[in-house]
Amino acid sequence: MSLNTPDTQICLWTLGFDHPASLATYTANGGYEALRNILAEKTPAEDIIAQVKISALRGRGGAGFPTGLKWSFMPRSFPGDKYIVCNTDEGEPGTFKDRDIVRFNPHQLIEGMIIAGYTLGAVAGYNYIHGEIYEEYQSWEAALEEARAAGLLGRNILGSGWDFDLHAHHGYGAYICGEETALLESIEGKKGQPRFKPPFPASYGLYGKPTTINNTETLASIPWILRHGGQAFLELGKPNNGGSKIFSISGHVNKPGNYEIPLGTPFADLLAMAGGVRTGHTLKAVIPGGSSAPVLPAEVMMSLTMDFDAISRAGSMLGSGAVIVMDDSVCMVKALERLSYFYFEESCGQCTPCREGTGWLYRIIHRIEQGQGRPEDIDELLRIGKNIGGNTICALGEAAVGPVASFVKHFRSEFEYHIEHKRCQVGMSPSDKVGG
Amino acid sequence: MLSAASLAQIDHELTKYPPEQKQSAVMSALRIAQTELGWLSRDTIEFVAHYLDMPAIAAYEVATFYNMYDLAPVGRNKITLCTNLPCQLQGADQIAAQMQARLGIGFGETTADGRYTLKEGECMGACGHGPLCLHNNHKMHDHLTPESVGKLLDDMK
Repeated sequence: MSLNTPDTQICLWTLGFDHPASLATYTANGGYEALRNILAEKTPAEDIIAQVKISALRGRGGAGFPTGLKWSFMPRSFPGDKYIVCNTDEGEPGTFKDRDIVRFNPHQLIEGMIIAGYTLGAVAGYNYIHGEIYEEYQSWEAALEEARAAGLLGRNILGSGWDFDLHAHHGYGAYICGEETALLESIEGKKGQPRFKPPFPASYGLYGKPTTINNTETLASIPWILRHGGQAFLELGKPNNGGSKIFSISGHVNKPGNYEIPLGTPFADLLAMAGGVRTGHTLKAVIPGGSSAPVLPAEVMMSLTMDFDAISRAGSMLGSGAVIVMDDSVCMVKALERLSYFYFEESCGQCTPCREGTGWLYRIIHRIEQGQGRPEDIDELLRIGKNIGGNTICALGEAAVGPVASFVKHFRSEFEYHIEHKRCQVGMSPSDKVGG
Repeated sequence: MLSAASLAQIDHELTKYPPEQKQSAVMSALRIAQTELGWLSRDTIEFVAHYLDMPAIAAYEVATFYNMYDLAPVGRNKITLCTNLPCQLQGADQIAAQMQARLGIGFGETTADGRYTLKEGECMGACGHGPLCLHNNHKMHDHLTPESVGKLLDDMK
């Protein structure tokens, strides 16, 4: 089995084709077969959900929640309208996989959404596309038109008598809309402020109707699972961590990019695939699952496999599979300063502990970085973090705290050095740095 | 206030949602209005709200919440540079310094001739291709290098 080739690729296998995104390429390679079979055989929804459960597919957006279980929460016999929503609001720093699915294999996502709609009894589906990728919003709309013209969407799909349609909804710049209930508010034409849960979207979702929200990569994996069987998907990965997963590697590697490999692949192999650490440098730290995942030091990371359970046991999260690699040139105070600014900027402002707390965190880290830190600042950061966690409606507050707590835990001496010596341990003093 | 072409685009957006949920099209409608007029004035926001049968304050909330809407005039070319950590590790700070020096403005500022506005952006979801920027919200330029930035800026009329 050769890694990051069609042997292991669930979603990005079209990359080697001349027209990877076209309907012709997709259908010539087994595309829409799963949907045709389901509609021809009128496969019961329970059977589809059973295959998804066997596959051990876990949500690819960050939470890693079992998809089959999530689908089983949907009240399929509820008499009114129901919706399926795809979350392509990909704004977690380090993550850039869903954009490539939309760019290079839009029809597999469309097929996955249609199958999800059929299984969950939905009347329509929406794909919420990140504001900053307008070109992908347009290309996905074009792919929808292609599917509609081929009778795959709209009324009486493939002569089955079943009606279902899909639409794209374009975001316009708000990280918080990646949170599923904020995303629903946003589709309703409101500020993207998360809803209190319960009720969960499966009972009260879009327009108050039962709704299931899945990540792009999750939904795009569904046709593969139904074509090859849940067991085959499971066996590609490891128990409780079925399938391949796209890892987006950025930062200090020679070949940043997306690598779709089986869950359970050693991190060292993934790093090698990405061309290794930037030439002339050594690995210092890795954020293994998007900016909200706790950072891990190099030596811990090099001993891990890339799957939900291994990364979780090491004290971090596989999250969205966004691997941010930092080499020995990185000042951890400066890196954390930038991440903290992000959460401060993106807090929706609804809950006081997050709205105010993310600002406090950023300002303290900023002054430490500027050489104006105070001896009590490190403990103050941790104290503020404890007061944010668990006291907010959604997880953004905790996502802001995760990096702070882990950067301090693993690299405390760099923070102490900054405070004591009023300059950086890793070479340049703060004032020398480009961009301050 | 908006051209027939823009209104047709908004009407297309409305077909995506249930007839009683016209407010769902507000984000697209504001984007379409901004694309035509350059920025969103209070009058424009009120026009969009009226067109969608929603309270003006609700449209104003949306316009102020999402950061790609411009509530004041910007230059003909708005450049939003991502400076988040992955792009920073790949050299975004250098690109930022270079853009600022070349244009003589900082983030959040517009050149005196109204040709450029420079903005600091958050993650655009294309980190593997960083450093990168958005041109007028809709066109991404990636793999920016100290060599490529000058030409990129010069080509923006």
